[in-house]
Amino acid sequence: MDIQFTEEQELLRSSVQRLLRDQYDFDARRKIVASEEGYSRLRWQAFAELGLLGAPFSEEVDGLDGGPLSTMIIMQEFGRHLVVEPFVETVVLAGSLLEQLGSVEQKQSFIADIIAGNTIWALAWTEKGSRFDLTNVTTTARRGGNGYVLTGQKAAVIAAPWADYLIVSARTSGQQRDRGGVSLFVVDRRSANLDLQSFKTIDGRRAAEISLRGVTGQLLGQEGEGIAAVEACRDRAIGALCAEAVGAMSELNAATLDYSKTRKQFGTTIGSFQVLQHRMVDMFIAHQEALSLMQHLTLSLDAGEAGISRLASGAKSKIGYAGRFIADQAVQLHGGMGMTDELNIGHYFKQISSINIQFGDPAFHLLRYAQLDAAA
Amino acid sequence: MELALSPEDAVFRDEVRAFIKDNYPAEMRVPNPETDLSKEQMLLWHRILHKKGWIAPLWPKEYGGPGWDITRRFIFEQETTRAGTMPPLAFSITMVGPVIYTFGNEAQKQKFLPRILSGQDWWCQGYSEPGSGSDLATVRTKAVRDGDHYVVNGHKTWTTLAQHADWIFCLVRTDPAAKPQSGISFLLIDTKSPGVSVRPIITIDGSHEVNDVFLENVRVPVENLIGEENKGWTYAKFLLGNERTSMAGIGRSTRYIAKLKAIVKAEIPEDDPAHLEFLRDIARVELDVLALEATELRVVAQMARGIDPGPAASLFKIRGTEIFQDITELTHRAIGNYGLAIREHPVSANHFMPGPDYAHTASEKYLNSRKLSIYGGSNEIQRNIIAKAVLGL
Repeated sequence: MDIQFTEEQELLRSSVQRLLRDQYDFDARRKIVASEEGYSRLRWQAFAELGLLGAPFSEEVDGLDGGPLSTMIIMQEFGRHLVVEPFVETVVLAGSLLEQLGSVEQKQSFIADIIAGNTIWALAWTEKGSRFDLTNVTTTARRGGNGYVLTGQKAAVIAAPWADYLIVSARTSGQQRDRGGVSLFVVDRRSANLDLQSFKTIDGRRAAEISLRGVTGQLLGQEGEGIAAVEACRDRAIGALCAEAVGAMSELNAATLDYSKTRKQFGTTIGSFQVLQHRMVDMFIAHQEALSLMQHLTLSLDAGEAGISRLASGAKSKIGYAGRFIADQAVQLHGGMGMTDELNIGHYFKQISSINIQFGDPAFHLLRYAQLDAAA
Repeated sequence: MELALSPEDAVFRDEVRAFIKDNYPAEMRVPNPETDLSKEQMLLWHRILHKKGWIAPLWPKEYGGPGWDITRRFIFEQETTRAGTMPPLAFSITMVGPVIYTFGNEAQKQKFLPRILSGQDWWCQGYSEPGSGSDLATVRTKAVRDGDHYVVNGHKTWTTLAQHADWIFCLVRTDPAAKPQSGISFLLIDTKSPGVSVRPIITIDGSHEVNDVFLENVRVPVENLIGEENKGWTYAKFLLGNERTSMAGIGRSTRYIAKLKAIVKAEIPEDDPAHLEFLRDIARVELDVLALEATELRVVAQMARGIDPGPAASLFKIRGTEIFQDITELTHRAIGNYGLAIREHPVSANHFMPGPDYAHTASEKYLNSRKLSIYGGSNEIQRNIIAKAVLGL
């Protein structure tokens, strides 16, 4: 099993690579992160023009029908370049939920704007006490007026400060941590009675605490059946995040290997020390395994196989641990330089740390992997 | 775990404990003292200890030390770290001070030691260079004799808190022709001298602790040379021995484990399977600390009997730093989604930070503590030392 890219996929990959090489080197990225907004509308437009924002969508909604494989290709390259723009949040999370659950009108009014690069989205599922449990929802939604009215708090919502729209999980019935009774709503981020408190994330992005005090929301999908949808959405997000991590890991390994061949101490290159050679061999193996699992997960997502959720958790865990090991060692082998803001190594470290928190850390997914096996 | 103390030592321990409780400045209790306090604030505790005569436990009485034996020094270290007090600046007290009273001349002792004790002079360490990290013997900063001065040119790096420093002690090359270790001298340089400039290095946690220090045609009086010219390597190694002694960090690790337990209790419900996992991970690291503490107590007891501990410091450095890295990682994990947030530097109340107070520095500490296995002689170097000096490999 080794993915052989089609001509089309190869083209996608080389065009993303070219775009990022030309417009997203480390210095350009640093300027973007330091800017007032914290992301680049210009780059977002460039992604749209290249067709990246429509790549995974089906042809029915005027996408390029690239599916999870196109997401994998894009996210691997984004991971290598530490891209901060909210592709996962807009296209993979919100985009796929809209495509799967949206009414004809919702698809028409929202997806075209995503593909064109006109709107940015974020998914607000986390709450203060929810940790990684999708069902732990206390935000409520009540029918009222010409839709629903949402009240509650959402926590640490990545990309919310950039977003035009949010998809918010809220309870239409049931108790906190019930599987049933959670529904999804499209909310205009600039609504009255919606407050954001923004903050910076470890990987140079922006997130926000969100307070909803009677905000109008538009139901997405069936009332009370949001959890299954968000779970499936998490599986797809994990596919994307794993690809991002693998991209970062390949850069870390290449940079560390390169450094070990040039950095001299004790009259020789540090790469000639056996203890560091073995370390780098283990980093190589960790990357190879992660890459294989990433491909396996992507192909399974593409085929829509049963049991995909368990595999997604397994990959998130295994790739998460592999990423942490590689990031730790890349910093260690770069010595003090690895600790600096100036060098890219520490930024990959933080990107992997962030990936390892999003949708659950490696320990959480290891346990979930075990539990889903026991349940089968 | 406690040392078996004589009644006198037990009284001493109680005295230290009470002194800290009554005198440690409240304004130094901030989330991250190393980055959140001003120079003046950092010196508050230093001055209190100085007044009490406890500022330099290691120093002999004749130079201003309290005249404690190894046991009392250990008790003091244990009590101050357990209480979470900020240790006085190591570069002044544990590093350059002992070098000056051991190898310096009378004039140097009289000039520098009182100012170190009082906190009037702030010292930083000019050891590492861009090309000389683990391999210190290759330092390239040059000092060329010109009359009664040395003219110094070079680039020092990773210089901790140099932004506050009045003085920098430097390893400089005075004999380029000699073997690496033989041509090095130990020079004291006033940072206000023309030609000294300090450039911040921002680290991955966003903070400014370390710096580049550039030396361009800096004229240093010959009287600032420690000991003999070209013998600096001996003094440098003596100093590194001191640097690595207190790196077991038992007190700090114990405090952070207590915090971690409270965070896990607050964050993770007992019926969440992750709760049990955290308990297991915490227990494991607690046992790591217990074993290291027992080792430290054993070594202290041996030293009290006059037995040379050998390179035990390397063992403490390796395990102490690995343990603290594990604890900060567990803490970062325990706070869940708020591990995504990171404070902006310089720290200000104007920047919004989400989540409970205990989460606010978790990312920073996790990121910052990655340096522990690198600095002060990387853990790889420490393992080489044990392999060679203990195992005879």
